[in-house]
Amino acid sequence: MSALTIIYAVLFYFATAILIIGVATKVKSYATTPSPLKIPVMPAPMTRTGVVFRMFREVAFFESLFKSNRWIWILAILFHAGLLLALVRHIRYFIDPTWGWVVFIQPFGIYGGMAMVAGLLGLWARRFLVERVRYISGPSDHLMLALLVLIGATGLAMKFVARTDIIQVKVFFLGLLRFDLQPLPADAPLLIHLGAVATLMIVFPFSKLLHVPGVFFSPSRTQIDDAREKRHLAPWAAHMDADREA
Amino acid sequence: MADQKFETPKFRELRENPQIQEGAMAHSQPFIAKAEHNEPLGFPGELVENWEEKAVEKLGELLEKNKALRVYLDSCVKCGACTDKCHYFLGTGDPKNMPVARQDLLRSVYRRHFTTAGKLFPKLVGAKEMDKEMLDDWYKYFHQCSQCRRCAVFCPYGIDTAEISMAARDIMDHIGVGTKYSNEILAKVHVIGNNLGLPGPALVNTMEGLEEDVEEETGIPVKYPVDVEGADVLLITPSADFFAEPHVDGLIGYGKVFHQAGINWTVSSYASEAANFAMFIGSYEQMHKVSNRIRKAALDLGVKRIIFGECGHAWRVAYSFLNTFAGPWDFLDPKYPTPQHILEVTHELIQNGGIKLDASANDDKVLTFHDSCNVARATRMGNMEGGQFIIPREVIKASVNKFVDMDPQTTCEKTFCCGGGGGLLTDDLMELRVKGALPRMEALNDVIKNHGVTHMAAICAICKSQFTKVMPYYGFDMDMVVSVHQLVSEAIQMGAKETV
Ligand code: HEM
Ligand code: SF4
Ligand code: SF4
Repeated sequence: MSALTIIYAVLFYFATAILIIGVATKVKSYATTPSPLKIPVMPAPMTRTGVVFRMFREVAFFESLFKSNRWIWILAILFHAGLLLALVRHIRYFIDPTWGWVVFIQPFGIYGGMAMVAGLLGLWARRFLVERVRYISGPSDHLMLALLVLIGATGLAMKFVARTDIIQVKVFFLGLLRFDLQPLPADAPLLIHLGAVATLMIVFPFSKLLHVPGVFFSPSRTQIDDAREKRHLAPWAAHMDADREA
Repeated sequence: MADQKFETPKFRELRENPQIQEGAMAHSQPFIAKAEHNEPLGFPGELVENWEEKAVEKLGELLEKNKALRVYLDSCVKCGACTDKCHYFLGTGDPKNMPVARQDLLRSVYRRHFTTAGKLFPKLVGAKEMDKEMLDDWYKYFHQCSQCRRCAVFCPYGIDTAEISMAARDIMDHIGVGTKYSNEILAKVHVIGNNLGLPGPALVNTMEGLEEDVEEETGIPVKYPVDVEGADVLLITPSADFFAEPHVDGLIGYGKVFHQAGINWTVSSYASEAANFAMFIGSYEQMHKVSNRIRKAALDLGVKRIIFGECGHAWRVAYSFLNTFAGPWDFLDPKYPTPQHILEVTHELIQNGGIKLDASANDDKVLTFHDSCNVARATRMGNMEGGQFIIPREVIKASVNKFVDMDPQTTCEKTFCCGGGGGLLTDDLMELRVKGALPRMEALNDVIKNHGVTHMAAICAICKSQFTKVMPYYGFDMDMVVSVHQLVSEAIQMGAKETV
């Protein structure tokens, strides 16, 4: 077994562990920290079902962003929908035999990759061209975009420029899943692509990528408008009822 | 304005975003509270010795207590969608008035002390220490946020800068740095029962004066009762309603509505204030204390219902928080929601014929309506989503024949704050207030020019005070601002029902 294979195998086990433990820890803290008050941004749904629809529209269509800024919305949809397609396309490296619907999506996955990179470049351009966005952008914002562009570009490069032994890549990842190490092809684009993906997994729980779990826990969107009907009380505040005069 | 040390912003032709002007409002800050304002609230009198640690400690405590803070501080992707949504940015061009930049003042300290990335790579992720420079920025720019929630509507994650501002102000109070305006008023509420420090006897006097005025005008003995035990309704209204124009005309209107509907009501001299300034300073404990004055008054007077007068931030605390702080309301009549808004009551009476309005009484006016930020984005009226937009408009349209809405980008949930909300309605922030009113003034100017609008109705004591003060800077007459119940008051048909 080559040192390279071992390094990448260890890297992916490590990155997966960090990603899962890190995000789980964050999700737990979001889920368990109480909301002291009812703060849905109104008008808000008056039922749980209504909130589910509201959240679905936010996550699937970025509804608020659509109302807010058409340019960011277009670029954001290009990037995220592209990313989603590209991710789905990657399922085949982990499942054998691959599911039919994943096979069906394969060709679109490539367009997904292109859309993703295009969207990212557009978002990145905004960080230079729009004065207000330039002001709020820090080094980590640029680096995150650079990392994602790197992932997308090296991915596309393997399709269009320097093909890699994709069958062997699949053997490597299936091996990882079964704890049975298999050699990884030593092609530069592949190694850069995989190194960048592992980096993304590692920084995920420590970066603004926390917007992914965060969006599901935002009280201004997830709360039901029922303050007058149902008394909302955080556990830490409950004792204050006893302190009042009347 | 003669005494003006700043320029009133010009209306923007095409509503283009302002150029960034760093530090444009770095000189703006409210008067700092003295020991005598802080100590009655249990805050340290002045900046405590090890305030840097104390501030971080308090932030840690709030992170444990408030999910929103945690999620909002982690989730921002710096997409920039909120950057052109705040009236204070639009009016001043100061980049720290962009909501995300305002949040970043707190977020940078959070990152430094509570995140792995910020501890290891502070420069990379914009993590910063809690130092004097930071505290100065906090004091300035968290007091250039009116907690209006407009940014939260447009953020893809609903990040509400108001929550962040409240947390920052709470932290500052706990290290001894509060504003004179809010803390002085809160101390008054604890001692006297209202923001103005209007004592019980003065309140009775004022209300008797109103009774005389109304009887003189209409020939009908409308009552304006104080501390009447066994009344059905406890009316909680902002203390400005007791004497200031145009607020008091609204109060006169509530009285007429109650009279015509045969509703037996009273105000309480103990809880003679709807506005809960504790929300401005983000203090759960203070909000709890002030709110429970209402519970006590309701119990002492033995009322069956609680109704709130026209006030924006007050209606937020009432609608969204009062059940939490002062509920459960098992001693009140379960037929009615608690609390109710006066507009809900009037609206229902109009619909079921309990009162009759003659809109031609207001034919000298063409109305538009300013949605108050906190009513619009933090509360509801009635039993349908968006009732807070529909009900006031229906009441206005029943009272006035000519009504025109302003640009939809500036109404309903997209409404702009008047520029004086969130504890900023103080003369030491006049420049900020004038500049922050720009987007609303522009929209108003449109309907004046194109539709001959003569009056703008509002349902918030802060909006009314703020507009009467800043509108002259934009060349508008301060008398253009009216209470919704002032319109009702003009239009309502008094006297025996059958004569109507
Ligand atoms: C539940 C799934 C997700 C939702 C609802 C979501 C939503 C959003 C929204 C609304 C934005 C702001 C618009 C923009 O700047 O593009 C955004 C930005 C961003 N998202 Fe997501 N996202 C999701 C998943 C992901 C994932 C899985 C990644 C990457 C691994 C990701 C990476 C990013 C990045 C890097 C940005 C910032 C782009 C910039 O710098 O302008 N997102 N996301
Ligand atoms: S809450 Fe209102 S005042 Fe505060 S930052 Fe957001 S838009 Fe501006
Ligand atoms: S809109 Fe929300 S996520 Fe985007 S920069 Fe503003 S606060 Fe951050």
